[in-house]
Amino acid sequence: MVAIAEPVAKPVSRFRFVLDRRDVLGAIFVAPAILYVLLLVGAPFLLAMYYAVSAYTIYDPSWRFVGMANFEQIVRNPVFLQTLGNTFLFTFGSQLLGLILGKFGAFLLMRPFPGRRLVRALIILPWAVPVALATVAWEWMFDSLYSVINWTMIAVGIITRSQAPNWLGNPHLAMLCVIVVNAWRFFPFAIVVFLAGITSVPQDVIDAATVDGAGFWRRNYQIILPMIFPIVAVGLIFGIVFTFTDLSIVFLLTNGGPVNATSVLGFEGFQVGILSGDVSHGAAISLFMLPVLLFVVIGRLRFIRGREI
Amino acid sequence: MRRVIANTVREVWFFGAVALFVALSAFPFYWMLITSLKTNSDLYSVTNIPFWFHDSPTLAHYRYLFEKTLFVRWLLNSLIIGVCVVVITLVAAVPAGYSLARMTGRNGEALGIGIFLTYLVPPTLLFLPLSRIVADLGLQNSMWSLVLVYPTFTIPFCTWLLMGFFKAMPPEIEEAAIVDGCSVFGAFIKMTIPLSLPAILTVVIFTFTLTLQEFVYALTFISSSAEKPITLGIATDLIRGDIFFWGEIMAGALLAGIPVAIAYNLFLDRFISGITGGAVK
Repeated sequence: MVAIAEPVAKPVSRFRFVLDRRDVLGAIFVAPAILYVLLLVGAPFLLAMYYAVSAYTIYDPSWRFVGMANFEQIVRNPVFLQTLGNTFLFTFGSQLLGLILGKFGAFLLMRPFPGRRLVRALIILPWAVPVALATVAWEWMFDSLYSVINWTMIAVGIITRSQAPNWLGNPHLAMLCVIVVNAWRFFPFAIVVFLAGITSVPQDVIDAATVDGAGFWRRNYQIILPMIFPIVAVGLIFGIVFTFTDLSIVFLLTNGGPVNATSVLGFEGFQVGILSGDVSHGAAISLFMLPVLLFVVIGRLRFIRGREI
Repeated sequence: MRRVIANTVREVWFFGAVALFVALSAFPFYWMLITSLKTNSDLYSVTNIPFWFHDSPTLAHYRYLFEKTLFVRWLLNSLIIGVCVVVITLVAAVPAGYSLARMTGRNGEALGIGIFLTYLVPPTLLFLPLSRIVADLGLQNSMWSLVLVYPTFTIPFCTWLLMGFFKAMPPEIEEAAIVDGCSVFGAFIKMTIPLSLPAILTVVIFTFTLTLQEFVYALTFISSSAEKPITLGIATDLIRGDIFFWGEIMAGALLAGIPVAIAYNLFLDRFISGITGGAVK
C-alpha cells in the first residue's frame, strides 16, 4: 500500500527566518526602490540646491559658497524676468486652452455613437506620441516658406502671399505657436481626465437633479463639475508641473527665440547650465521652479487626504 | 416634422464637431505621412496643392532613412535602453509596490505618496547635478547614462501603479499559501506574482513608452549621433546646417511614433486611474 500523503521532512532553508518575517521582508522589498530614488533624485536635488549658492562652473569647478549672489544677479537680468513671465504665460495659456478643448471634447465623447473607439484613439494621438516627434511635425507646418497653414489661408483668400506670417520668426506669433502646440499636446489628456470624472458621477444623482428641475447648464456646472473637481484638479496639477518645467517644445520649435521671446525656465536653465557651462547660475534659474512645484505638491497632498474623508 | 429637422440639425452639429476634433488631433500625423511619401520637388513647391500628391508617391525618404542615416542604430539604442529600464523598474517596483500595499497602518500609504511625489520632480531641475554624476561614472555621451537615469521616474510611477493594484488583491490568497507551507516570500513568488501578470504587463508597456517619450535627459547627456535614442536622433540629427531633411524626419517620426501611440492607447485607462490615485472606480 502506498502512502498517499507521507510526510516528507522538507529541508528547512537557512534563510527561512528572513523569508518568514513580514517586517524584515517588507523592508527588504521597499529598499531598492527607496535607495534608487534617494541616490538619483534626493541626492541630485540637494546638489542642485548647493550649486545654486556656489560659484561652480565647468571651467572652474570650485565649491566656493557665494550665498544668494547668483539669485541676485539673475533677478537683475531683464532676460530672466522675461523668461519668468514667458513661463507663466506658456503654462497658463496652454493649460487654459487645453482645458477648454478638453471639456468640449469630453462632452462630445460622452455620448455613444458608431466608431467612438476609433475616434477616441485618433483624438488621443497628440498625447500618446512622443512630444519631440510631434513637435517637429508642427515645426514643418509652421515653416517660413512651405507652411501648410499659410498655403491654406492664401488659397482660401484670407491673406496674400506677401502677407503670409512667419510663424516662428515673429515674437508674438512664436509664443502663440508654442502655446498652441502645448495645448494641442495636452487637450487629449484633459479629455480623458474629464471623461474619467464624468463616468464616476452616479447616474441617479444626475437623474435626481433633472427631476428636481435642473436644466442642462445647471446640471453641468452645479452638479457634475463640483463632483468631478478633485479628479480634474489632479489632471491639472500634472499638466501644470509638466508644462512649467518643460523645455522640449520650446527647444525644438523656436530655440527660445526670436530674441528670447519664447524662452522658458527649463530652457534657460539648459542654456546657461549645460550649453554655457555656468552650472551655478543654471541651477539657480531651475530652482525658480521650486515654489510652483511646492504649491502643486501641497495641493496634491491635500487632495489625497480629502479623498479619505 | 419640425422635430425631425431639429434632430437632424443637432446631429450634423454633433458629428461636425467630432470631425473637427479628429482633424485637429490627427492632421499633423496625416501631414507626416504625406510629407514622408512625397518627392522633394513636390515637397518644396509653393504652388502645388500640399494636401495631395502632385508627383506620384515615393519611398525614397524611407530608403534614405534606413540606408544613409543612423535610424536603425537609434531604433536599436532605444530598444536596448527600454528593455534595460523595464528590467530595473520591475525589480525595484514590483516588490516595493507589494510591500507598501501590505504594510500595516498609515506608513505604507505615506511612504507610497512620498515615492510618488518624486515623480513630480522635473528633469529640468535635476539635469545639472545628474550630468555631473553621469560624468563621474564615466557614462557621459553614452546611452547607458539613460539606463541609469530613466528609472528615477519609472520606478516612482510604477510603484504607485502596482501599489494600487496589490491593494485591490485579497491577502487571503497569500495566507492560504502560507497555511499550506509556503514562506511569506514563497507566497509572494508563487501566488502574488502570477496573479498580477496583467498589472505587470501594464507596467512593462508604460515603462517602455515613457523611455521612448523622454527627451530632456537624452538631449542633456548625449551628443554623439551613434549613441542617441530614436526620438532624439530624429528630432536633432536629420539636419545639416540649416537644411532640414523634412521627408526623412517625417518618415522617422511616423515610424517611431505610431507604435508608441498604439501601445499607449491600449493601456490608457489604467494609466489614468494610476494618475488620479484610484479616485476613479
